[in-house]
Amino acid sequence: MTTNDIINPANLVYAKPSVLNDVPMHYCPGCTHGVIHKLIGEIIGEMGFQEKTIGIAPVGCAVFAYKYLDIDWQQAAHGRAPALATAVKRLLPDRLVFTYQGDGDLAAIGTAETIHACNRGENIAIIFINNGIYGMTGGQMAPTTLHGMKSSTSPNGRTVPLNGYPLDITKLLAQLDGTCYVTRQSAHTVASVRKTKKAIQKAFENSMLGKGTSIVEVVSTCNSGWKLSPADSNTWMVENMFPAYPLGDLKDI
Amino acid sequence: MNNKKKDTEEVRLMKGNEAIAHAAIRCGCDGYFGYPITPQSEIMETLMELEPWNTTGMVVLQAESETASINMVYGGAGCGKKSMTSSSSPGVSLMQEGISYLAGAELPAVIVNVMRGGPGLGTIQPSQADYFQTVKGGGHGDYKMITLAPASVQEMADHTVMAFDLAFKYLTPVMILADGVIGQMMEKVVLPPFQPRLTEEEIKIKCPWATLGKPANRKPNYIYSLQLEAEEMEDLNLRLQSRYRTIEKNEVLFEEFDCEDAEYLIVAFGTSARVCQKAVEMARAQGIKAGLLRPITLFPFPTEQISHYANQTKGMLTVEMSAGQMVEDVRLAVNGRVPVEFYGRMGGIVPSPDDVFEALKKLIVK
Repeated sequence: MTTNDIINPANLVYAKPSVLNDVPMHYCPGCTHGVIHKLIGEIIGEMGFQEKTIGIAPVGCAVFAYKYLDIDWQQAAHGRAPALATAVKRLLPDRLVFTYQGDGDLAAIGTAETIHACNRGENIAIIFINNGIYGMTGGQMAPTTLHGMKSSTSPNGRTVPLNGYPLDITKLLAQLDGTCYVTRQSAHTVASVRKTKKAIQKAFENSMLGKGTSIVEVVSTCNSGWKLSPADSNTWMVENMFPAYPLGDLKDI
Repeated sequence: MNNKKKDTEEVRLMKGNEAIAHAAIRCGCDGYFGYPITPQSEIMETLMELEPWNTTGMVVLQAESETASINMVYGGAGCGKKSMTSSSSPGVSLMQEGISYLAGAELPAVIVNVMRGGPGLGTIQPSQADYFQTVKGGGHGDYKMITLAPASVQEMADHTVMAFDLAFKYLTPVMILADGVIGQMMEKVVLPPFQPRLTEEEIKIKCPWATLGKPANRKPNYIYSLQLEAEEMEDLNLRLQSRYRTIEKNEVLFEEFDCEDAEYLIVAFGTSARVCQKAVEMARAQGIKAGLLRPITLFPFPTEQISHYANQTKGMLTVEMSAGQMVEDVRLAVNGRVPVEFYGRMGGIVPSPDDVFEALKKLIVK
């Protein structure tokens, strides 16, 4: 096969999703956000929902998500994305409305909005990127930071007497009657990326079927914040994050 | 109870809070998001009783907090929908973050504050001590909020309609700054005529920036207030400030009683103005030429009109249910030309006309 054969559109087996904008991302090399953005772009395109989707961006590294996906977006105050999504979905019930939030946004400052949107069973999808750290502000401790894990505000490692316990908020959300689908996935291998894509697609479909709130947590890496190479971050995540945040469906009804 | 039949009657007797609920439905409000707090809970209670989702399609939702309420308003406003919330002082303090975001994102929204005494949890009795919070900022950053100060149940209804018109005209949050008296008292009111809610096609024309889903033939719409480049952030600020100057030029509202030949001018808004009107009558009965200027808009403030009276009067008295907040704006307008004194009660006390008349004689007439 020659180069010309390879770039011949008829032979293309893979392309940038049309919903994903052709712009450089601000994310660090090795960051999980880019992969999840691409998956969301693929799914919206495949569902034919570009004209019917409103995304709610958080405060955190994904604050600029609206630059990367070619859909209408609202950017929320820190933690308030589920409140915005609640209003948007109730005022535009035939639209696909999803939030995209990190662990600081969703599980610390936005805990009340997250729990109550889920408990009301708002017909929205919540994409939850859990990397156990505040990435954008420079690697501070998050509610999800693991025991002993170092961050800029737990420089000697997180301890229970000082900081309490890592918060498994997804487990908590699965207990609420308003949630219909709660799953925890990752994106560090080809197989896990495919599983995460299926999970996000299911969450989007659920919200259009009016089944209640769907949460897809993606256990992610923040190699800059973790001070590790991208490859070492993946290994560290498998060895340390997965035991605390085990992958799989927590709820599927 | 047949609410529909009731709504077709012209003159009604109801509380100020109830009037806001009726007026919201009638002016085509799309969404109300609120959290209970005295003395304004009748707004959401009335909406829930009227069930407008069955008639106009208006969404009414009890949120988990004032923080959530104001952010729901942000979400709705971002879709070009007529969105509102209401609360009382401590709850409005919680909303300040969201109000700043609404201003930064240039979104139209209506917020009602039925003020009660503070600081802290304070009291459930009426107060006007949130003037500074409302017209001087409250939230972070350089923004202004158009502020309407109703003094009757009729104005509670009228200002609800006007607030939405102004919010969409200038793409800014608008505050209706009432107090516990105006919210709780019952008066006659003629409710505004029914206007249908805007259709999505109408919203697309009126609010081309709204996030309704991106058709293939336009660029995506983003609702945001983040600018990492300082120059871009200054551009937004310059745009906002220019809009505020236009608002100051075009939207000042006030009412005057016996001002034409007044030698002594009382300046008061809301409930205080009603009390002061009686005090002016008492003064006139004793041959004292007193008048009352009642600002209806607190931002924009009737600076020019007050300045005009500084040339004609011997002194002014500002009366507020606070430690004296609006008095600073009156003094700025007067700029030292005549004495401007203050009389007020705090913590939920409403002054009596006798109190005001005595203060007028003691502080100004002398």
